[in-house]
Amino acid sequence: MTSNNSALHPGSYLDQQGKYKGILGWLTSTDHKRIGILYLMCILVFFLVGVTLGGVMKLELLRPGEQYIDAQTYNGFFTVHGVIMIFMVVIPGLAAVFGNFFLPIMIGAKDVAFPRLNLFSWYIYLVGSGIAVLSQFGGNGAPDTGWTFYAPYSIDSNTNVTTAVLAAFVLGFSSILTGLNFIVTIHRMRAKGMTWFKMPLFPWSLYATAWIQVLATPIVGITLLMVIAERTFRIGFFDPSLGGDPILYQHLFWIYSHPAVYIMILPAMGVVTEIIPTFCQRKVFGYQAIVLSSLAIAGVGYLVWGHHMFTSGMSDFSRMAFSFLTFVVAIPSAIKVFNWIATMYKGSIRINTTFLYTLSFVFQFMIGGLTGLTLGSLATNIHVHDTYYVVAHFHYIVFGGMGFAFFAAIHYWFPKMFGRMYNEKLGKIGWAIVFSGFTLLYFPMFVLGLQGMPRRYFDYLPEYSVGHFISSIGGFVLIFGIIIMVFNLIRSARKGELAPANPWDGKTLEWTIASPPPLENFDNDVVVTEHPYDYK
Amino acid sequence: MEHNTSIEHEHRDDMGSKMGMWIFIFTELLLFGGLFLVYAVMRAKFFEDFHIAAHQLNVFIGAVNTIVLLVSSMTIAMSITAIQKNDKRLALILLSITITLAFVFMVNKYFEWGGKIHHQLYPGSEIVLTLKHGQVLFFSLYYFMTGLHGLHILIGMTLIGYVMYQIKTDKIKSNNYQILENAGLYWHLVDLIWIFLFPLLYLIT
Repeated sequence: MTSNNSALHPGSYLDQQGKYKGILGWLTSTDHKRIGILYLMCILVFFLVGVTLGGVMKLELLRPGEQYIDAQTYNGFFTVHGVIMIFMVVIPGLAAVFGNFFLPIMIGAKDVAFPRLNLFSWYIYLVGSGIAVLSQFGGNGAPDTGWTFYAPYSIDSNTNVTTAVLAAFVLGFSSILTGLNFIVTIHRMRAKGMTWFKMPLFPWSLYATAWIQVLATPIVGITLLMVIAERTFRIGFFDPSLGGDPILYQHLFWIYSHPAVYIMILPAMGVVTEIIPTFCQRKVFGYQAIVLSSLAIAGVGYLVWGHHMFTSGMSDFSRMAFSFLTFVVAIPSAIKVFNWIATMYKGSIRINTTFLYTLSFVFQFMIGGLTGLTLGSLATNIHVHDTYYVVAHFHYIVFGGMGFAFFAAIHYWFPKMFGRMYNEKLGKIGWAIVFSGFTLLYFPMFVLGLQGMPRRYFDYLPEYSVGHFISSIGGFVLIFGIIIMVFNLIRSARKGELAPANPWDGKTLEWTIASPPPLENFDNDVVVTEHPYDYK
Repeated sequence: MEHNTSIEHEHRDDMGSKMGMWIFIFTELLLFGGLFLVYAVMRAKFFEDFHIAAHQLNVFIGAVNTIVLLVSSMTIAMSITAIQKNDKRLALILLSITITLAFVFMVNKYFEWGGKIHHQLYPGSEIVLTLKHGQVLFFSLYYFMTGLHGLHILIGMTLIGYVMYQIKTDKIKSNNYQILENAGLYWHLVDLIWIFLFPLLYLIT
């Protein structure tokens, strides 16, 4: 409890460092904490852009028929919504923001292994995001292929597909370099005494994630380059009219893009695994099981991509193998859920905003996970393939899972990052609205999907109007809740009560240093003797 | 450390640096792996077309370039030994040979590509448009794979040039040569990929 005194937090990372002042000092800093904040700012902005696009789509879908935007604009909107949310918000998301900020602190290091490479990754991210935003304007209009860029339409479409694909390629580079940095950091920079199995579980989940980032991203990189080449030179890798194979594109795309789902969700699981023991003041249940299940998800998750293509044309044997593996990957995920619940059992649980987001994560993740198994079964998949059921499922995982874990993380670590407490009451109100908005928005989509509503349509038959109406209302409620949450956080960062070093009685290393952390994190070299979750 | 307001640490971790390079090499292998996969699928699909098209490539130039790259890999490996023995001059000579050989490779490539383009064998040309799909795909893959590989050669040359400058200014010495070793690893990777490209494109006919 050292830095409660002044509003300026003397010696903290927020003070001037290096030779530049103000904004330039941030843009040139290789401090992992500052880079984490830079990512946070960008991701917040892009998230709000993606939310706005989603909001307009929900407005259009409020009633059947054309309301505000025409079909082609709608195509552009869902593509751009997907590209922004997937490549610029969710994939970097937790790893780039909280991984950068807390990974070195939690393992007792002063920075990541390659600080300059880390800053460089952020710049690549910024360039990639710039290109992605650029693809919306000029040329022949926003890309309209969906974020998956399926061939042969992505070859034929005369919209700005090339720019959007290039953006995804550049963003992939940033992801690879961050992953590489984290792997080396975890291998080489753990504090003295912190053996692999004394490492906290958020770093563990980042470790599993980083390997997927490194090993899966290059595949989509080369695939996207091939799409660009194909569009430029009419080559015919994927275009059937030129002898190419569109199914080959789908394979190559999903070899990356399914593991990418685990790039999103693994850090989210890690965050939740940090929060639950802290707020229950209980030792985490089954530490090793959680570690091993993270690694198992990373490993098996690499081999399930075919379940996106059950209706695309694959041999029966491959379909059965992919379906089987999909069920296998559900096991480690379920192990984690049981571990979280077992940790809470008989704990002295404190319900505050952070914990409410965590609980809703677990709840929504279970729904998302179990509906994933419906999609992973061959027979039911045929029925719900490419319907709203799929849309609901992956929003439950990506938003209800990763998004809510992100909200939980920002509340959990907010006092540490900004040295101030958020407003608890407003936080809880925000959570209640976000949670009900989310449920209203996405749950009806499961029903719509089962009834046969196809995804990516800007119009629908009157039969579906009740579901769409409820879903749209939910969308507006959700946006309102997000505004309250963001408002609360921004206001608290400036005016909140000063935070003590350890407001939640956490046990991991970040709670042993001042809030906000000093420039070099630790005054002395850290020596770890205890297990990270040794609550009494 | 407490009084140090700058975040530039004086800390060095050769092992970590090498590990980072190896992981980067994995990503490069997977990048080309995607292309090899497409090559394999297309080869199976258009077996005869690939057979005919591969005859158009000049095995002699390909073989010369293979030898050139193999020798350059050897010289860069020797330069590491030279720097370990503190022989700065020898290390610089060996690296100059490496970079010259890389240049020779690119010149050969230039003439090879130039000859093809002169004969109207490039994606989108009139002659290529009259060829069968499989042959077009072969030439496209040829340009794509060797082009990406050539880009790696250029990056490698820049890297080696940077390393030479570091040796010249005594930043790389017998007790601190990890950057050189990483450059060497990268160069071996570029060599290794060519070792696969050469038979796949030139020799299997």
